[in-house]
Amino acid sequence: MLRRATTRILSHRRHCSTAEALKVPAADDLFMVAWKRTMPNLDPPKTPLSFLQPRPSTASAASIPSKMTINLVSSRSSGLSNKQVDMVIVPATTGQMGILPGHVASISELKPGLLSIHEGNEVTKYFISSGFAFVHSNSVADIIAAEAVPIEQVDPSSVQKGLAEFTQKLSTASTDLEKAEAQIGLDVLSALNSSLSG
Amino acid sequence: MASNAAVPFWRAAGMTYITYSNLCANLVSQCLKEPYRSEALNREKVHFSVSKWVDGKPEKPTTRSDTPE
Repeated sequence: MLRRATTRILSHRRHCSTAEALKVPAADDLFMVAWKRTMPNLDPPKTPLSFLQPRPSTASAASIPSKMTINLVSSRSSGLSNKQVDMVIVPATTGQMGILPGHVASISELKPGLLSIHEGNEVTKYFISSGFAFVHSNSVADIIAAEAVPIEQVDPSSVQKGLAEFTQKLSTASTDLEKAEAQIGLDVLSALNSSLSG
Repeated sequence: MASNAAVPFWRAAGMTYITYSNLCANLVSQCLKEPYRSEALNREKVHFSVSKWVDGKPEKPTTRSDTPE
């Protein structure tokens, strides 16, 4: 019985939601109204919208904010959220890309490399293993990486050892897959190496 | 629309993006200093058991574990 009630509410929502695709309501008004009508005695469940934190609107191109807001999200390491910075340089596959406030909206795939965050006079460097960078038109940048480690946590001797090991693996690799793996190892480690020194 | 001409070398060798990304992440984790290295490697440990179903009946489950018994 409950399942039918929810499907009825959801189908009602689907008809009305396209008009509101652009603005995000703070609370799920339409859902609450429909819920109370069908199940007045039961507490309404929490919907994903109530967990959503509002983001700055992407609307006007009039004013360019003075600072970028960046979110660094990583599945395996801790990140940053809503940090106000002056500039961030990401290691895109097309090369090091600097992102300043007012940057055009873009999506770039990242290659293993150094991410540097410039705030005032200080520069914080993270090594990104791979990921994506989304820049929105309101000067909010989301950088998503599998591993984002502060460069201080990298051990130089392991990098050298890995470089030697993978150079050797590349020469002895037979199948395409082994060659690709060895090549990836070399790419990552040489990026690590140059970010340690650079 | 351009055809998918320049595929990355790993995709040409039959690797998916997820495999590539996880491989890169593991390589980076291995190059960290202690204690970060053990934290990173511990985070990726899994322990699960899988059983395939044939003709509506489960077969013998296989356990995949990184934790020592």
